[in-house]
Parts: sequence; structure tokens; C-alpha cells
Amino acid sequence: MHQLLEEIFGSELIAIIIASSLPLIFITVLVIFAVLLERKVAGHMQDRLGPMRVGYHGILQTIADFFKLIQKEDIVADTTDKRFFNLAPVLVFAGSYAAYAALPFSSAYIGSRIDLGLFYIVAISSLVVAGILMAGWSSNNKYSLLGAMRSAAQIVSYEIPTVLVILSMVMISANFTVDGKGTLSLMEISEIQTSSFWNWFVLGGAGFSLSKFLLLPFTMAAFLIFLISSLAEVNRTPFDMPEAESELVAGYHTEYSGMKFAMFFLAEYANMFAVSAIAAAIFFGGYQSPIGYLGNSLGIEWLVPIEQFFWFSVKGVFFVFVQMWLRWTLPRVRVDQLMTICWKYLIPYAFVNLTIIGIISLI
Amino acid sequence: MSIKTEELVLNMGPQHPSTHGVLRLELQIEGEVVRKVTPHIGYLHRCFEKHAEAMTYPQVIPYTDRMDYLASMYNNFGYVLGVEKLMGIEVPERVQYIRVIMGELQRIASHMVALGTYGLDIGAFTPFLYLFRDREKILSLFEMTCGARLLYNYMWVGGLSHDIHPDFVRLTKEFITYFRPNIKEINDLLTFNKIFVDRTANIGILPVDTAINYGITGPNLRASGFKFDLRKNDPYSIYDRFDFDIPVGEGMVGTVGDCWDRFYVRVLEMEQSLKIVEQAIDQIPEGDVQSAIPKRIKPPVGTIYQRVENPRGELGYFIISDGTLNPFRVKVRAPSFVNMMILDELSRGHLVADIVAILGSIDIVLGEIDR
Repeated sequence: MHQLLEEIFGSELIAIIIASSLPLIFITVLVIFAVLLERKVAGHMQDRLGPMRVGYHGILQTIADFFKLIQKEDIVADTTDKRFFNLAPVLVFAGSYAAYAALPFSSAYIGSRIDLGLFYIVAISSLVVAGILMAGWSSNNKYSLLGAMRSAAQIVSYEIPTVLVILSMVMISANFTVDGKGTLSLMEISEIQTSSFWNWFVLGGAGFSLSKFLLLPFTMAAFLIFLISSLAEVNRTPFDMPEAESELVAGYHTEYSGMKFAMFFLAEYANMFAVSAIAAAIFFGGYQSPIGYLGNSLGIEWLVPIEQFFWFSVKGVFFVFVQMWLRWTLPRVRVDQLMTICWKYLIPYAFVNLTIIGIISLI
Repeated sequence: MSIKTEELVLNMGPQHPSTHGVLRLELQIEGEVVRKVTPHIGYLHRCFEKHAEAMTYPQVIPYTDRMDYLASMYNNFGYVLGVEKLMGIEVPERVQYIRVIMGELQRIASHMVALGTYGLDIGAFTPFLYLFRDREKILSLFEMTCGARLLYNYMWVGGLSHDIHPDFVRLTKEFITYFRPNIKEINDLLTFNKIFVDRTANIGILPVDTAINYGITGPNLRASGFKFDLRKNDPYSIYDRFDFDIPVGEGMVGTVGDCWDRFYVRVLEMEQSLKIVEQAIDQIPEGDVQSAIPKRIKPPVGTIYQRVENPRGELGYFIISDGTLNPFRVKVRAPSFVNMMILDELSRGHLVADIVAILGSIDIVLGEIDR
């Protein structure tokens, strides 16, 4: 992709700028789609239609909302700490945007081919915590502060089971690499799970060996742990404590309006897709098609990356849909119960799971 | 070494999503643990009782609608019963039956709002809309009967403002068969949901002696395990003719008298109300609903205290008549007002998130508290 862009524009700098802004375009389109999807999903689950007025079946609703938001007056209360108040939404969005750099959208496009891709994503998404804390503190509002505190505690806690699960998947990947070492690159992890859904890590990894069948229940468990903790990491129901609208009004972004609020909103949906994409990449073959490629059978080579991109989006959006589905079904847990779930259940289970997967992989 | 911590004063409301109207709660919190709750009321005060003194007896009825706006029918019911007793009016059978049917339908509708908004407080959005969808059907029945959907002014002293629509009996029966399975749906979706049970069981436990000391009535008292329902214990109108049970809290998933019990008692009460409507709808006698309405409503000198079992508890009207067209005094014992007094006692030591759960389970209506 980089080379292609470089050939077209004849300059490396322009190629880099264009290549790195592609995820931004993707996020924008995705958020416009995801917000509409959320409202439609909510509507149909609740026996109503959702937005119907703007465009055919309300498809332009999000765009209308976006224009409404940028027209709004940007209200900043006198008592806020202006510097941090303005910086916070940018930081939150930057954190989630930066995570996209290491997501393999298809075999032809990844923002940056770093070997420590997964590690990088885990690390960079911690920027979000800093942004949220900043927003809560600088708003000078008690609800915001409580929301930010809860959020920080929650995200930091749930990172542990997430990382443990990722680690166990990296261990599995060691079975399939050429040099016998695990890989942290999402690109390579996706490449391992090629050709058929049978090779997905959630089903124990590639091949038909005995270890695959031994691993299968534990990889399934790993996926469940990842799903639960990813919900908590992006602050979605049943773990939407920081924004718990019935308790804390709107949590850390209570005081924000207009474009700054839109930034938080954008970051939330970008995050939702990011964790879904990671789930898809490490458990469900990433951009790999589960049934083979049309491009290969037709002999059209350039069609394959496009198909891969299609599969990547479909898998990601599916998990986004799962998050919405849960949101409109489940009540919210309480803040202490949230911590109990994490420290008393998820982390020990994740550790046990990690150990068992390690032992099986060694054998 | 101990760390000095400061208590934080957090104002919840009057503009807050879960204070069920314009209630302001002053919370003293330590971290997220609540030390004291002080409710500040009066944001919706409309001087009902003073207004009533300047009105003639029938003119007071629309004002009673506006107290507990989720149970307007029942507010009418209590007031007209009181005035009728004061005047010694014998109301036709048909009117009695229709009043009971309307009252019980109103109880179901009111509990639907209570349960739905409670789900909303806990964070479940969907059951709320399911319940409102079903409530809509009851409101259509009311609309068909008297033209209004929220504030009915339907029960008059000595009769009713309108007779029921010819289709009313059929549609009510249809509603009963439609709604019965939906109670199960709510139970599956919310009542026995693990997260919901975790949030509400053993939270805000109200022991039965405390409840009696505070004068708690209605579902809140029954959830504490005390079988007291004015429809059985002090029957008014024709409630003694029907066969129904009084559900009480049993502590099925936690302790007797916790938030979950208060929720579940309401679910069970909807079932019992359906049972009453089912019995009454088949027995409505023929007759004229306005035949007993007096030309001049001018009760003799005297006082009366009439209490009825409102969806929220004991709704009492104390009416003093000085023999003129206007009541000398109308004092209301509002169940929400009395029930809310328990809030501080229940909330101490719980988390901020639990305050929302406790307040929701008490099920207050601000229109009635402030009057």
C-alpha cells in the first residue's frame, strides 16, 4: 500500500500522510454507521423503529446530528481548568485513534508494521485513562470527578485480564511460527489463521493436531474473558459505570458540549470498534476470510486485499453489534461488583487459563 | 496512621435523571459511601389543599388528579368516596363495579411505570419501553371511556362522568389475555436477571417494625412481610366481593424487605389486579351511571377521613365540611410523602449507586409529595 501510494504521488511524505489518515476516514465512516446502527438496534429491540425522518429510514440521522453538534455553542464553565478541559477530549480521541495504527485492515494495509503491535495497542490505549481523568478533574464538577475516578479504576483493572488473555493467545501463536517463538504482531497472528475458520484461534489454532482439541475449551474461555473485559474497557453496559446516566448524569463528560462532546462520542465508538477488531484479529482470524477468496478463484489478485478488508470490517462490526445487543438487554452492575468481577473472577480465571494453555502448548 | 478524609456534599437533583421528578437529595458521601441523605422537597408545590378550600366539592376532583399523576383514577376514587360518605349517597352497583375496574387498571398502569423506571434506574432501558408499550393499552381504554389519558376527572360524587364504551368489556378482556404473558417476560428480562438481583437483593432492607414506626404503607410495607392492604383490612366500595391475594415480600433472593422484594411485590400485585378486573368485568350490572349524582353537592356539617389503597399506599382524605358548597378543609395523607421519610434510614452506609436503587424501589411521585 505504501509503495503503491508512493508510486502514485512520487513523494514518500505525501504517501505517509495519506496512508496514516486512512484510519481517520475509516473511523469517521464507521462512527457515522455505528451510531445509526446503535439507534436502529435499540429501536428494533424495544419495539420501535428508531430514527425514521432524515433520509430513507433515517440513514442520514447521524450526519444531521453531527452538523447539529458542530453548530452548538461550546460552553465552558468559568470554574473549569481551561487547559486540561480543552486537552482532555483531544487526548481521549488521540488514544483511540493511535490504536488503529497497529490494526491490520487487510494483508495490504496496516498503519505501521511494528513487531510489538499488540503491546503497543495495550499501552497506547492507556492514554484514554489519562484523558478521562483529566476531563473529570478539570470539569470541577462532583459528578464528573466521581465518573472519572470510577472510569480510571475500571479501565486499569480490566486491562489485567485483557493482557493475560492476549498473552495466552501469543503463546498459542508460538506453535505456528517458523522460528517457534510467539508473535505480538497482529499482522502475523492474522496470517497464521489463514484459509478457513477451522484455523481460528478461538477454535484452538491451525491444523488438526491433538493439541488443537485440547486447547479448544480454553481458547473459548479466553475469548469469553476477553469479551467481558473489553466491554469494561470501553465502558459499555453492563459496565458503563463512568457514564451511568441514572446515577452520575453523564459521568466525566457531564460538562462538555458541542464539538468537545462529539470528540468523546467519536472516541467511544472508535474504541468499541478497536476492541472488536482486536477480538476479531486474535480469535477470529482477523482479515482472513473464513471461506476462501473470490479473487483467488477468479484469478484477480487485487481483489483479495479488498475482500480481506471486507471481512475485517464485517467481523469488527459484528462484535460492535454484540456490544450494542448487550447494552440494550442488561442492567448495569454496581461499582464494587464491577471490581469483584474483575479481581475475584476474571483475573484468577485468566491466570489459570494462561497456565493451562502454556502447558498444553509446551507438550 | 490514619488519613484524614473529608465528607463530600453532593447535590442530587432537582434536575437529575433518577430522582423521579423534581426532588433534591443532599448526600453526604465519604468516597462513594453515603453517610446521610436529606431530601429537599417543595419544587412541585401547587397549594392543592389551600386551593381546595376555594373550590366547590366537584371542582376539587380535577385537582386530585394532579397529585399522584400516575394514579389519577385512584385519587378521584378516594375523594369521591369521602364526599359520598359525608353526604350519605348510595351509589348504583354499576358505578361501583366500573370504579373498581378503573381503579385496578390504574394500579396496573401505575406499577408498570414504577417497575419500568426502576429498571431504568438500574440501567436496563428495554424493559421500560416494553412496560410503557403495555401501559399504552390501558391508557387507550381510559381514553375510550372518558377522553383523557392521564388526568381523567372520571369519578364524580355519586357517579361517573361517562358510561363505559360498548367495546370496553371486550377490549379489557383482550388486554388481560394479552398482558398476562408479558408479566413473565418482565420477570425473565429483569426480575430474575442475575445482575438485577445482585443490584437489588439485600440493599435497603426495611425491617417490618421500622416500617410500621415510620407509617410506611402500600407495597413497601407488604414487601417487609406485613400483610396489610386496605382493600382487605378495611374494605371500601365493593372490594369484599372479589377473590384476590395480598402478595407479601418473602426474601426470595435476599432478605425480607430489600429492594428486590419491593420490586417483586409490585409484579405480583399486577397479577392480582388482573384477577380482580377479570372477576369484575363479567359482573357489571346494567344501570345508569349518573342517576345518583346530586343536583347540589352540599354536605352537612361534619368531618370524614376516607382512606383507600392507592398503588403507592394508604391515600387518606380528611374532609371538614362547614355545610357550605366549599369544603372547609381538605387534608391529604399522601403515601409517597410518608414513604419517602424512610429514605435516610435505608440509605446510610450504602453506595451512591444504591441510593438510586433505594429511591426507585420506594416509588415516589413528586406530584403527591409536594401537592
